[in-house]
Amino acid sequence: MKDDQGKYQPLSYFQLMEVTLRELLVEKGIITEEQVDREVEEMRERTPERGAQVVARAWVDAGFKDRLLLNGTKACEELGLEIPALKLVVVENTPQVHNAIVCTLCSCYPRVLLGIPPDWYKSRNYRSRMVREPRIVLEEFGLKIPGHVTIRVHDSTADMRYLVLPMRPAGTEGWSEERLAALVNRDSMIGVALPK
Amino acid sequence: MKAYPLGHVRTPYYIRGCVGEVERICGAFANPEELAQMRSGLPPLPLYRVRFRQKDVWPDYRGGDADVVEVEIFEHWLDRA
Repeated sequence: MKDDQGKYQPLSYFQLMEVTLRELLVEKGIITEEQVDREVEEMRERTPERGAQVVARAWVDAGFKDRLLLNGTKACEELGLEIPALKLVVVENTPQVHNAIVCTLCSCYPRVLLGIPPDWYKSRNYRSRMVREPRIVLEEFGLKIPGHVTIRVHDSTADMRYLVLPMRPAGTEGWSEERLAALVNRDSMIGVALPK
Repeated sequence: MKAYPLGHVRTPYYIRGCVGEVERICGAFANPEELAQMRSGLPPLPLYRVRFRQKDVWPDYRGGDADVVEVEIFEHWLDRA
């Protein structure tokens, strides 16, 4: 609420609905204000830096990378990242294969590792066109995939969540994990950009 | 007018009736048809990730022959091709 200080703004429809629902749930003893605060706090802590940490580890540790590709959820536990209920599938970009993620049905997204999805990810435009004409959509993001590279689009329609493991950029030999992680931007883990 | 092919809403419309290959078995998960009725969804049912060739999905697809789209589909919504 700190962001709103100093200015009076009427609540929007959804803000009003949230307040009403929350107050009712608290009043009825179903949840507590503390639980809500904790959840909001946790949501704020989930940022793409978490995903970048996973990618950087996979770049420097081949054993970890193998485990990550085999069972993403379990490998993330090694880094202290809990992915409750849903299963993480990590898909690896190679010189032959480029992966990209979409959810055509709604906006499923690996929130635990990437935080809140960007608006374009939830847009009808991206969701409908990413499966239909991925090469054109990627070009609009500034990513030209050569014709000989296979494109694999992953539609998150059920219980899996996907994370793209981008290729490690050339010229980063000997870099520390921390320095590598700084190259890994959110969009490269969705598959619509490269690390930079 | 042509009616939509039958199918659960979680099988995306664009993929219905298409033939693909099982890429992996994801495990067993609560049945969404039951979850939608506020029931437990148990016993969990096998979920597959199925790989479809883009050229089979979109006849006018512009891109490589090897390009694919992968979709998660529950076993009871799949037919043997």
